[in-house]
Amino acid sequence: MANEKEVVISVKNLNVKFLSHGKKVHVIRDVSLDVYKGETLAIVGESGSGKSVFTKTFTGMLDANGYIDSGQIMFGDLDVTKFKKSKDWYGIRGKRIATIFQDPMTSLNPLLSIGYQISEVLRLHHGLSKKEAKEEAIKLLERVRIPDARKRYDDYPFQYSGGMRQRVVIAIALACRPEVLICDEPTTALDVTVQTQILDLIKELQEEYGWTIIFITHDLGVVAKVADRIAVMYGGQFVEVGTSEDVFYRPAHPYTWALLSSLPQLGTKEEPLLYIKGNPPTFGDEIIGDAFAPRNEYAMRIDYIQEPPMFKISDTHYAKTWLLDDHAPQVEKPRVIRNLRERMKIAAEELQKELGDTYEK
Amino acid sequence: MKNDEMKTPNKAKEMSHDIFDTGSYSNESVIAYLKEQHDKKYRKRKNAPAFVEPKGQIKDEDDILVKLRDVRIGFKRGNTERVVIEHLNLDIKRGEILGLVGESGSGKTTIGRAIIRVNPVSGGVITYNNVPISGKIPHHVERALKTKIQMIFQDPSASLNERANVDYIVSEGLRAFHLYDDEEDRLNKVTLMLEKVGLMPEHLKRYPHEFSGGQRQRIGIARCMIMGPEMVIADEPISALDVSIRAQVLNLIKQFQQENKMTVLFIAHDLSVVRYISDRIAVINSGKIVELADANRLFEAPLHPYTKALLSAVPIPDPRIESKKKIVVYSPDMHHYTEEDMPDFYEIEPNHFVRANKAELKKYKEDLKALNAYNENLKKKSKGGQKDESKKD
Repeated sequence: MANEKEVVISVKNLNVKFLSHGKKVHVIRDVSLDVYKGETLAIVGESGSGKSVFTKTFTGMLDANGYIDSGQIMFGDLDVTKFKKSKDWYGIRGKRIATIFQDPMTSLNPLLSIGYQISEVLRLHHGLSKKEAKEEAIKLLERVRIPDARKRYDDYPFQYSGGMRQRVVIAIALACRPEVLICDEPTTALDVTVQTQILDLIKELQEEYGWTIIFITHDLGVVAKVADRIAVMYGGQFVEVGTSEDVFYRPAHPYTWALLSSLPQLGTKEEPLLYIKGNPPTFGDEIIGDAFAPRNEYAMRIDYIQEPPMFKISDTHYAKTWLLDDHAPQVEKPRVIRNLRERMKIAAEELQKELGDTYEK
Repeated sequence: MKNDEMKTPNKAKEMSHDIFDTGSYSNESVIAYLKEQHDKKYRKRKNAPAFVEPKGQIKDEDDILVKLRDVRIGFKRGNTERVVIEHLNLDIKRGEILGLVGESGSGKTTIGRAIIRVNPVSGGVITYNNVPISGKIPHHVERALKTKIQMIFQDPSASLNERANVDYIVSEGLRAFHLYDDEEDRLNKVTLMLEKVGLMPEHLKRYPHEFSGGQRQRIGIARCMIMGPEMVIADEPISALDVSIRAQVLNLIKQFQQENKMTVLFIAHDLSVVRYISDRIAVINSGKIVELADANRLFEAPLHPYTKALLSAVPIPDPRIESKKKIVVYSPDMHHYTEEDMPDFYEIEPNHFVRANKAELKKYKEDLKALNAYNENLKKKSKGGQKDESKKD
């Protein structure tokens, strides 16, 4: 199946470094990944794992002290790592690849009206006149379900609630008809109820416009709803890549196990919640071997010496851990992971009755 | 002699014990006071509404630590007042973890802040151990209260002083109330507390920006726990944290609660988190508590449509289930409240309260029956499933 798909973005052996206090900090370490057309790819990882930095390279938005050391990012026929001037990015940034950021308050300009910020995009990228842009912008606001869009066109961001602001940001992204949409933790600052609404909206718009979505989050619970494929990131590398079913039903990397088992949804009252001990690596120090080894209870001696390769489990499923090597001992997955499906079924059955179908007879 | 007294470290603590141990402002006094206020308010009006006695949710008076009766909180802006909370009645049991769940803007934070006297109430009474703590209270009561109730905030990077080191941040409360013998004792206490929350003694001289989000929240917890509080108000302590760190912080709060027999008011917007940690859960929507029950019971038998909406919003980490899941959307228009049939807070089964009018109450009762039957079925099924599994093993 994977072979038939058209590749939109192809990343090969990407290395990103940052200059900090005269030292070179290696943040993205030799990463390769293909993004297919029309799919939703979720990148999951803790804060500081490099997931935001990775996607920022697609649109040339790295911080001033960051640079691409080596590697290739092919977007269609263009190698965006070759771009030197900011002019080069004009045709891509915002137009073909749009980004939705975490905090809608900081990504909107508080001094400009909502209407202006949307129509600005339309005027710049599509060359519409002011009047046309206004009509188009109101249509967009209605599309993302802002009630009374015409009236609220002249409102300022502070007059909108958090969820509404995020809708406006989506409308701005929508204005350009991008091919790829990068959602950088779009719902982290929002309530759960608003979160589901925003996720539904993004999904609905994806079906309508055929977007390719790259979805960045630290919450595996959110991912189950939106993702077709999941890439788990740790210490600047992908440790597990697979379809959503691969990762949730057949997780192979100990870090994925740990992430899944620490979800509070699956906790029971009787026992304390499981969590990942220790801290993620700071990028200042050189990483030798497997980056997750110090926190990994299944770590073997080789984990501290040599970096594991990406092992192929199936056509769609890859994991970077020595546990998959032929010489590795058979380890038992943690109990929570073994009966994960069971636990999720229980959680779901509880929800099923909230849905009101099962018992109304 | 006088000097000695000044140095006595735990004096403030002892004093505060006295105040709150002999509290005599019981339920009758509260109601008498509220009635007086009510009469005063409607003194000159002809068709004044009758006084309705506010009721709590816990019957045994001795169990109640914090009592909120007919509480009204509003924010003044010029000449207009925006009332956020009105006619709020809530009991917090001694030694329990009460989860307070609602969306942003529902007033859940305001309630927590009213208890700790950050937001003044504009009506009603809040008592702590039968001592009134709302409105104007004597200075020494307010001071004693500060050692009793502590707070954990949402955003650890915003709530810690950027310019102070960990030692200062954690011991600030101790200094303010002279709760230590000498410098050595203070340092000992701080070090011990840091170890308890999983930080190292060498962190003492570091500054907040040098820590990760989870560690910063640990500092916030250490600062709160070093005062040995009887009650903690945790205002969304994990919303700003990574999922992998949330579990650590939750475990820490629960561990402290069990060790010290503390009472915790746990404020959150995510029901899945609250279920794990709390004994009882109150669901709040636009300033009104819509449902209150034991944590497990609320999940077994949710009745109010808003509770159902919150439950359906909890993401389940399972792609197949997620794709089938339907989202319940709540809107206040769902209720058909008329003047004759106004909603009230009813106890639909023991310790399970729901806000409803009479028509709704009838419907909820039927729902409850159906849910009970459904749960029975589920239990039977899962028992059968377990047997099957044991055979396989």
